[in-house]
Amino acid sequence: MTEPIVQVSHLTKRFGDFTAVNGISFEIKPGEILGLLGPNGAGKTTTIQMMLGLITPTAGSVRMFGLDLERHRERIMHDVNFSSTYISMPYSLTVEENLRVVAKLYGMKNVDRRIDEVVKQLEMEEFRTKLTRKLSSGQMTRLTLAKALLTEPKVLFLDEPTASLDPDIAEKIRRFLQEVRRSTGLSILYTSHNMYEMEEMSDRIIFLQRGNIVAQGTSAEITKRFGQADLEEVFLKLAREG
Amino acid sequence: MYLYRRSLARVMEIFYWPFLDLVIWGFITMYLMQFKGGMPGAVTWFLGALILWDVLFRAQQGITISFLEEIWARNLLNLFASPLKPSEFLAATMALSIFKVTAVSVVMVVAALVFYDYNVFKIGLSLVPFVISLLAMGWVIGVLTTSLILRFGQEVEVLAWGMVFLFQPISCVFYPMEVLPPWLQAVAWLNPAAHIFEGMRGVLLDGQIPVIHLVWSFGLDLVYLCFIVAWFHHTFSVCKEKGLLVRVGE
Repeated sequence: MTEPIVQVSHLTKRFGDFTAVNGISFEIKPGEILGLLGPNGAGKTTTIQMMLGLITPTAGSVRMFGLDLERHRERIMHDVNFSSTYISMPYSLTVEENLRVVAKLYGMKNVDRRIDEVVKQLEMEEFRTKLTRKLSSGQMTRLTLAKALLTEPKVLFLDEPTASLDPDIAEKIRRFLQEVRRSTGLSILYTSHNMYEMEEMSDRIIFLQRGNIVAQGTSAEITKRFGQADLEEVFLKLAREG
Repeated sequence: MYLYRRSLARVMEIFYWPFLDLVIWGFITMYLMQFKGGMPGAVTWFLGALILWDVLFRAQQGITISFLEEIWARNLLNLFASPLKPSEFLAATMALSIFKVTAVSVVMVVAALVFYDYNVFKIGLSLVPFVISLLAMGWVIGVLTTSLILRFGQEVEVLAWGMVFLFQPISCVFYPMEVLPPWLQAVAWLNPAAHIFEGMRGVLLDGQIPVIHLVWSFGLDLVYLCFIVAWFHHTFSVCKEKGLLVRVGE
């Protein structure tokens, strides 16, 4: 049996009286895409931010590659990256300059070759030398994805990665991520409000509500358990029940 | 009026800046009143003081503005979710502040020479420790301001431009320490910058290297730097605990 690459145990985050994440536990296996689903305020982003070491958990632990995140954050982060709608990159640098800065942050070698590869893979050639402030929102999303993939991570956190992309590019990105997963064994933790995307991308889904895991399994298992036709129906049912 | 209740920038416009103007110009006036037939070497003192003050100011800005730029670009999380350590981030901003101070100093020294025939190197070899000490004090104020912005968010980003001026009256930039009331002299004595400006005047007046002031200045710089770096790490940890790191700049 394959050892999990990520182990989350009893992870809890309380802000005063408010519990954002309530003792959740799960694992991610090498090469697995795990979907994190839930309405706004369910605790998805807080969970990811704790797993990136940006928020200190109130209780519980995160282990990656067999190492405890709290004690080995810098070492772990060499093999982890993320992309999200709530980040951007310095506007006064070109796309390529921004990628170079990221490469330096992670102490990468063969920077030119790797930048060429991600620029080609994400079809960014036409705006490679453009200033970041002049990018459209779709191009910006591709840049943050490129930043996330540039460092060849073993674990990738994607918080709504296709939110501002047109359907054609979004589809290409999904196929590209699946391809990267197949060829490199990349593990991905994925959040999205697009249920179709979630079903298509995820090997397994965790459904969060008010900081608790209310369901987990494959898309088919979850829809069957809640007696609904598809994942969107499950989402609506749980969201409305509050 | 509602805006004034929660806007530090607006409150500072009403209370902080006018108060500082009054204090600074009040002490300068008191000092100048001692000279009835004109002040000897006034240009030398004032221009030298202005150039050295800018070293302190830009050293602070090198740190604080670099941090703010990361917030404005929504790039802070990219940095702190990478292998970068907070101490490495601080070291990088300090290195940037050295670059900024060097560039600004070159501009000011050349401009003073061209427009006023003023050569700052009249201060002599003491200029080197003066600049290093002011750079360190600028870092102290810069890291303090950065910690406050990290803790209280962009609401207090105006401190990036205002905090350093809180130290100006007790830095005795344009007047000697003796002009201050005794209780404020005691406070100024604990400010490394005050020793540098006092030392600068000593050099220009009688050519003596102000060893006592340099020792005080570097000693205080060292104590404050150790304290403020520890304070930054503590603040960083509190912000991660309270979830403020991911909210700064939102």
